[in-house]
Amino acid sequence: MRRLGWLSRWVVLACGVGLWQLLADWRHSAFFPPPSTIASAMHRQWFSGPASHLFLTPDATGNILPSLGRILLGLAIIVVTGIPAGLAIGRSPVLTDFLDPLLQFFRSIPVVTAAPVFIALFKIGTQMEVATIVAGTIWPLLLNTIDGARSIDSVQVETARAFRYSAWEKVRWLIFPAALPKIFTGLRLSVSLSLILMVFAELIGSTDGIGYEMNNANQSFDLTGLWEGVVLLGILGYLMNGILYLVESRVLAWHRSARQGAS
Amino acid sequence: MSAESAPRRSGRRYPAVVRGVIGIAVFIGLAQAVGASGLVKQSVLPLMSTVLARASGLAGNTRFIADMGATLAGWALGLGITIVIGVPLGLLLGSVPVVRVATRAIVEFLRPIPSVALILPVELLLGPGLRTAATLIVYGGMWPILYNTMAGLDDVDPVAKDTLRAFGFGRLAVIRHVSLPSAAPFIATGIRIASAVALILDVGTGYLTGRIAGPGIGAFIADANSGSGNTPLVLGAVIWAGLLGVVLNLLLVWAERRLLPWHRTSLGYADLTTARAPAAAP
Amino acid sequence: MLEITGLSRAYGQGAAAHLAITDITLSVADGELLTIVGPSGCGKSTLLRCVGGLLAPSSGTVVLNGTPVTRVPDRLAVVFQDYSRSLYPWLSVGDNVALPLRRTVRSRAERRDAAAAALAAVGLAGQRSRYPWQLSGGMQQRVAIARALACDPVLLLMDEPFGSVDAQTREDLEDLLLAVRAERGITILLVTHDIDESVYTGDRVVVLTPGPGRIRAVLPVTLPAPRDQTATKELPEFVKLRAEVSRLVRARGAVPQAG
Repeated sequence: MRRLGWLSRWVVLACGVGLWQLLADWRHSAFFPPPSTIASAMHRQWFSGPASHLFLTPDATGNILPSLGRILLGLAIIVVTGIPAGLAIGRSPVLTDFLDPLLQFFRSIPVVTAAPVFIALFKIGTQMEVATIVAGTIWPLLLNTIDGARSIDSVQVETARAFRYSAWEKVRWLIFPAALPKIFTGLRLSVSLSLILMVFAELIGSTDGIGYEMNNANQSFDLTGLWEGVVLLGILGYLMNGILYLVESRVLAWHRSARQGAS
Repeated sequence: MSAESAPRRSGRRYPAVVRGVIGIAVFIGLAQAVGASGLVKQSVLPLMSTVLARASGLAGNTRFIADMGATLAGWALGLGITIVIGVPLGLLLGSVPVVRVATRAIVEFLRPIPSVALILPVELLLGPGLRTAATLIVYGGMWPILYNTMAGLDDVDPVAKDTLRAFGFGRLAVIRHVSLPSAAPFIATGIRIASAVALILDVGTGYLTGRIAGPGIGAFIADANSGSGNTPLVLGAVIWAGLLGVVLNLLLVWAERRLLPWHRTSLGYADLTTARAPAAAP
Repeated sequence: MLEITGLSRAYGQGAAAHLAITDITLSVADGELLTIVGPSGCGKSTLLRCVGGLLAPSSGTVVLNGTPVTRVPDRLAVVFQDYSRSLYPWLSVGDNVALPLRRTVRSRAERRDAAAAALAAVGLAGQRSRYPWQLSGGMQQRVAIARALACDPVLLLMDEPFGSVDAQTREDLEDLLLAVRAERGITILLVTHDIDESVYTGDRVVVLTPGPGRIRAVLPVTLPAPRDQTATKELPEFVKLRAEVSRLVRARGAVPQAG
């Protein structure tokens, strides 16, 4: 039954694309080129390179890779800083009290405003883009980590005390695994936001990247180029979610089964 | 009986509010100290005092007030349309099994597309202005509301539904009396997510299209950032945008508590959590 | 080996202070199984936690093998009532049992062997790679006991450990406890609300008054060993002791001189 569900969504996708193709062929519109046009343009621009380069053209390596690199760097930074900070804040009610209003304020700022701020501070370039991604994506991860660390079962904590685990042991064997489900929730959101912020930052402050290419397409009224970018971003987003899902199901296998098995 | 193990909110001497205020004050103080000490060049990062002065100055700036109003109006309009269309649509689509599967699939594929990427094509299509902003906001907000509404319907206790049906109630009545209240908290979360998305798209579109598209915080920041740039002003405007976000979130929480009194609505970070994990592998 | 003197513990401060236990004085011999029983709210769990160093007493002292207990001492293990929340769901059964050993036993192979031995002692050999939530309630509690035993403790504290399992399983676990004690000679403090259990398993039964808990009586259990669920419970001695404990637990009013 589950296989059927998995297959059905691809069937739906195929139908949707097919429908779009039919409509576009019937009503020729410069604004909504048919999928075939977009697909061939994407192939030509990005995926018709030599096999040694994974079929990537210089255009692709010069734009798609830097964009991905920025996202990955930004995500790496927030993981390395956000998770430890979140765990520490979450386990300390005092610290949580002090920081809560501040955190609530910062995470309410519409994330896209990070881009103008960092353009003003750092001018155009990779520094500004990574800073934008970090500033926007850290909040879901940080706040969900805090939430996860805060809501650990009291019996589990008492067990750790009764067996005299050291501080490090507590973090490694209790706090981090117990908070991991919420950490992944935050990570899922941070990953989606990272795509948004990467595009936005590149639209306004970059000399290469997917957003930069879309900006060029915009200025030359190249609608096909714009849709190419949109489709590519959709594919990237889908892949990133998929990878995260796979990692999560591996790492959190115990969590799903435990909740199903719970009386 | 559990011993003092899980961290608890302390109560007596220093209530959480006081600590929170101290936290903010310490932050401002530290930022000012770092700036004043010369560790960071003022041309890169202006003094906190300058920024705060600029921000408070904006409170009397009529153009800025008009911009805030315009952004607020855009948010309200966009979110309103999205709710009015999205919730019934979600309920409808979620109630019919075949359609639900199909819609789910479409949502799964369209959701990852970052809505900001659509600002450019839509702007080319519809021209700068309210139409573009509204279209984008509705598009961006539709997904969380659809997804969460349908997830909420999924979660409804089938026993409760059957009970009502056994009493002879029709499908519509079941939706009204069981499904809707049961799914309501999920829908509320979806609305809070959509609200955040709406604000992002509102400000983002305004920034990208600039003042020709009309007034708005985004346009204001774009102006402030143009030319040689006026960093304290940009930061000041961003602070106001943040405050607006806080107020809107409080508003939604208040509304949620009024409409769903039985549900423990936390002030927390609902708009930063998804209704549930993706249901199956891509 | 365990000396408790004048132990008291109050929660809260000032006028709102709630005295949970007061003036507890007790002496526990090496290898003894002491059961502590009393009505709800008599502070049994508080007493156990103070003994174990998980709670600081408001007054009085606890001395274990000559050393005063200020924090959780070495070679002490605890089994809680709520096993489903005490075992870590992200660790396998074997890893759960071996976890407390990480500090004292360096080599992974030794830890694994110690865990396997402990699991075998509780009748769960071969369950090492399963996860707690895959096991029944009784088996989970056995894992918790195995985890406690793996540390080779001199003192084992058990807080209503069999309260969450069905009667059948409870009897099995009681017998397991007696067997383990006979084999290893550990000193055990068992808090329970089940009067039958307190008499069946204990060498002495401590009865507490309703809160604030004082010692109402300490009764020696003169039943023969080894104990048997059916045979022992038929004995007139058991019936008499059980009735006496029951009377003491239900009694209201002033405390007779603690014995």
